[in-house]
Amino acid sequence: MATKRGRSALNWAGTGLMAFLCVVWLLPVVVVLFNSFKNKMFINLEPFELPTEQTFIGLENYQTAIDKYGFLDSVGWTVFITVGSVAVILICTSMCAWYITRVQNRFTKAVYYLCVFSMVVPFQMVMFTLSLIADRLGLGTPWGIIVIYLGFGAGLAVFMFCGFVKTIPIEIEEAALIDGAGPIRTFFTVVIPIMKPTFISVGILQTMWIWNDFLLPYLVLDTTEYKTISIVIQFMKGSYGRVDMGAIMAALIMAVIPVVVFYLSCQKYIIKGVAAGAVKG
Amino acid sequence: MEKAIKKYLPIFVLPTFLAFLIGFAAPFLLGLWLSLCDFTTVTDATFVGFSNFVLAVQDTVFQHSFWYTALFTVVSVLVINVIAFAIALALTRKLRGTNLFRTVFFMPNLIGGIVLGYIWQLIFNGILAQYSQALNLNEWYGFVGLVILVAWQQIGYMMIIYIAGLQSIPGDVLEAAAIDGASAWRRLVDVTIPMMMSSITICMFLSLTNGFKLFDQNLSLTAGEPSKMSEMLALNIYNTFYGRVGWEGVGQAKAVIFCLIVVAIGLIQLRATRSKEVQQ
Repeated sequence: MATKRGRSALNWAGTGLMAFLCVVWLLPVVVVLFNSFKNKMFINLEPFELPTEQTFIGLENYQTAIDKYGFLDSVGWTVFITVGSVAVILICTSMCAWYITRVQNRFTKAVYYLCVFSMVVPFQMVMFTLSLIADRLGLGTPWGIIVIYLGFGAGLAVFMFCGFVKTIPIEIEEAALIDGAGPIRTFFTVVIPIMKPTFISVGILQTMWIWNDFLLPYLVLDTTEYKTISIVIQFMKGSYGRVDMGAIMAALIMAVIPVVVFYLSCQKYIIKGVAAGAVKG
Repeated sequence: MEKAIKKYLPIFVLPTFLAFLIGFAAPFLLGLWLSLCDFTTVTDATFVGFSNFVLAVQDTVFQHSFWYTALFTVVSVLVINVIAFAIALALTRKLRGTNLFRTVFFMPNLIGGIVLGYIWQLIFNGILAQYSQALNLNEWYGFVGLVILVAWQQIGYMMIIYIAGLQSIPGDVLEAAAIDGASAWRRLVDVTIPMMMSSITICMFLSLTNGFKLFDQNLSLTAGEPSKMSEMLALNIYNTFYGRVGWEGVGQAKAVIFCLIVVAIGLIQLRATRSKEVQQ
């Protein structure tokens, strides 16, 4: 009895400590949240004061971020680039991975090892030349950047898909082929349904990466016309003249909201995807 | 089977392969070549051998950023992994509210580096202002700030991997140790940690490469202030490319050196994880 009571006291202490840590964890975002309702003059002076009657200005900062800095446009472009790139990556790399796993020759082996190699190479290695090539090929648009994301994201995606295809019994596909389905039909109606869990994992990892990516779109996109969320925030802070802290606070909150919604609605898959992608170096 | 799908190569592989050439292979090879050239635009590139590498290694700002990055990486790897492991241990004890805790700890991981940097800049400058200080006055403020920032960001991620590892330890092993009279501490050191080695290796290397490659957070939190003293390797390379006219070749040489370091870490990781797998 005594040890049982001791253990439950320990558990309560643990719960208390974890709850405290959770509050600490959320605090930075909460501080930004209440500062986003304050007049910009007061944000740098007293960041930890709650808004008072004197400093509270309602949604004015949000209005500024949207009207003056075109924040909503950047949300639109970020959604477009992320959804487009992830869709293209999922379809193209899963097809590629299936083919190079099922057809074994020197070429397909080379493709596989090139993909693995590209996973380790840091972006700084290719950033200068990639932005030159993208510029030369006219890929500095939200449509063009999808090609670049496919190329640069192919490594991890092909690697993860190959790992999964190896575990699918080949007999299922052979049966479909013998029944008269062509390879394309076999792939889309038989292989893809089996690969669904890997589709979700790869999709989550690529979404997290592309949504938050800053440097690649900053260097590749024509930023006078198309800005992503990260680019707009960097422009607001790093650009000419006086920095509007109020608008930045509002922009930060508007940048965090979609992420939190996405996270809470597919938490289960995100955590699985993270565990699956842990092999990535 | 192979024969039937073989001639479909253009449909299945070509789109990815072409994009891979444009997005990775061509820039990579061109980058290797340009690191040996003097250029401002690619068309005027002239071969100069290894002189870019000599200039890169002699650049004192680059040297400083190398040591700053290395120290940052060591400190952040330790902080992240110790705390993540401790939280993972606590959250596998069937505490009340475990799911909520896990959700909260993981959340910062999904926020982008630029956003994270500006969130924490407000917090740190707010705290430092009470002592009439600011982030851009001392490189070590930026250092501590970056460690706290990446810890906040990555602890949740590593925690997930550690929890998966802890849950895969068979309960009877720990029970047997307890019956044999091993204390909680001994069970942790002699049973749990050895059985967790593969998770620990993965997390160590993930945080190691993350630390070395850190860019967005560095750019947004300190932007290298004061006067490039808190500039890490990735930011230094970026500034060499886009901040110093005529130094593009040196920037590319620095990028090659950086790439070699990161690939070397990756190869060591591969060997480490392989040898661990054999043991188990």
